[in-house]
Amino acid sequence: MAVIVKHNLILRVVAKFIIPLIFLFALYVQFHGDFGPGGGFQAGVIFSAAIILYALVFGADKAKRVITPYVLRLLASLGVLIYAGTGVATIVLGGNFLEYGVLASSQVAGQHLGILVIELGVGITVMSVMLIIFFAFAERGQAVLSSNAESEQE
Amino acid sequence: MILETLSWLCLVLGGLLGVIGGIGMHRFPDFYTRLHAIGITDTLCAALFLIGLAFQAGLTIASFKLFLIFAFIFFTSPTASHLLANAAMLGGLKPVLSDDDVANSEQLDKP
Repeated sequence: MAVIVKHNLILRVVAKFIIPLIFLFALYVQFHGDFGPGGGFQAGVIFSAAIILYALVFGADKAKRVITPYVLRLLASLGVLIYAGTGVATIVLGGNFLEYGVLASSQVAGQHLGILVIELGVGITVMSVMLIIFFAFAERGQAVLSSNAESEQE
Repeated sequence: MILETLSWLCLVLGGLLGVIGGIGMHRFPDFYTRLHAIGITDTLCAALFLIGLAFQAGLTIASFKLFLIFAFIFFTSPTASHLLANAAMLGGLKPVLSDDDVANSEQLDKP
């Protein structure tokens, strides 16, 4: 274990330098989605990729301290709530489900606002579900490793 | 006109480097020499492509984005090469050292 830690110094330095930029790029993709390529799903995947890179370099336990599984589960449902809540809000304001035009004073402004909020919900959910899947697989590996170690001791 | 010439010079040089790296990866005997061939040419190949495209774009937001892509590749591509070599070394892969070793080496994938 100590050998591995000693050998990935360059990866650690580059990861520390690159992870904030990945976050920044994810936010750019998220909020530039209605003018250019991008959107909620892509931004969520990029955002989770940054945290997965952190988990791969520094260990899944440290990554879980950054963003705990409990918070992840809350965020996953929060994103769905934002999506569905926008739909219900448009119904309350007198339109159809997800008819963005009624959200603001003018039709175009409402469309912009609606798509931004919807994509934010998609992004939050995709980010947290990706991380939940990743942590589930990581824990599975640890469980196999520890059970192997136990069987070797016996 | 000068910009066009410079741009195409960069693009052709970048393409040439990519082809050389590909030939090296195909022809060299073992993992480390292959990684050497592709790891060295890869970064400069991408950099020359991006510089050539930036000459085409001029001083716009597009060339700033190209510069950002260049910066990312400049840092991440050598890191990836280093990690591959590091993982092979930690995994116990021995480099092929001379002609005598080549004949006996298990790492040579024979056709």
